[in-house]
Amino acid sequence: MLLARHCDAECSQGLSYNQEGPPKPKWIVSWAFPKPAGRCARHSSVSDEMMHLILFIVFAGLCLAGAINLLLQSHPINSALSLIVVMTSLAVLYLLLGAEFLAAAQVIVYAGAIMVLFTLVVMLLNAGREERTLGSTVARTIGFPAVAAIFSVIAIMILRAGGLGTAGLHQGVTSTEELSRVLFHQLLLPFEVTSILILIAILGAVALARHEDGEKAAGE
Amino acid sequence: MIPLSWYLLLSAVLFSLGVIGFLIKRSLITIFMSIELMLNGVNLSFVTFAHQWHAVKGQIFVFFVMIVAAAEAAVGLAIIIAVFRARATLAVDRIDLMKL
Repeated sequence: MLLARHCDAECSQGLSYNQEGPPKPKWIVSWAFPKPAGRCARHSSVSDEMMHLILFIVFAGLCLAGAINLLLQSHPINSALSLIVVMTSLAVLYLLLGAEFLAAAQVIVYAGAIMVLFTLVVMLLNAGREERTLGSTVARTIGFPAVAAIFSVIAIMILRAGGLGTAGLHQGVTSTEELSRVLFHQLLLPFEVTSILILIAILGAVALARHEDGEKAAGE
Repeated sequence: MIPLSWYLLLSAVLFSLGVIGFLIKRSLITIFMSIELMLNGVNLSFVTFAHQWHAVKGQIFVFFVMIVAAAEAAVGLAIIIAVFRARATLAVDRIDLMKL
């Protein structure tokens, strides 16, 4: 978007903005009166493509680095922090794919609420460095070949699949209004069912994590 | 324009890393984090396919997955606290009473 601004200079001469008074600087014009879509697509497509590529590479790299760091760290709090990196960079990738509501929800729910719960439990239980054990033999003999097989099957299927489109910066942003219209008209029953699920989860969490002594003291 | 297969490959890599973490980690909390990593990988592929087919319902499915993950985290961490109270350890090698 920022890189696309240089082409305003060449494109905006042909456009007639209904501005009054003295002529404003170019950047105010391009900010306050955005160009009509498609008019400048030929100029902006190259720099937008570049921008999208850079954003994807940076945040996909952060995502992978965080996921690998989660496996390499031996202290749970370091793993939790690298999982926060993974989730935040996934939010940017959602934004690149045009899911703006999900990007916000990813930051608030995953990187915010769930990971705070994780770090709270790590600190509450005073979880130390995990012991290096050899791991189970089943995991080594069956697990790793199975993971390799699953990954290679998925990768081959993805790479051989035809008809997959491309993602650009200016195509197909799903607005929150559009999403909530489908959610509250066609999928209202599942939405209400999940609220009951959340209620049950809260009750279950309270019942599971309660002290047995506290229960006795309350009963007496 | 970035081909959507890159996003799908990234989600496959995230899922596989989650499975590997599930297998090699020995701490109960870190195993739980690996499950969250797998859920996130699947969510990314949902969003990618929603973008491919211009379908809003794919994104709503991710929303539901997030809700279920939140509920799962609450209950799972409560179970972890209960296990820690009973056994005073978080290593899965020591929590093996149900082993044959």
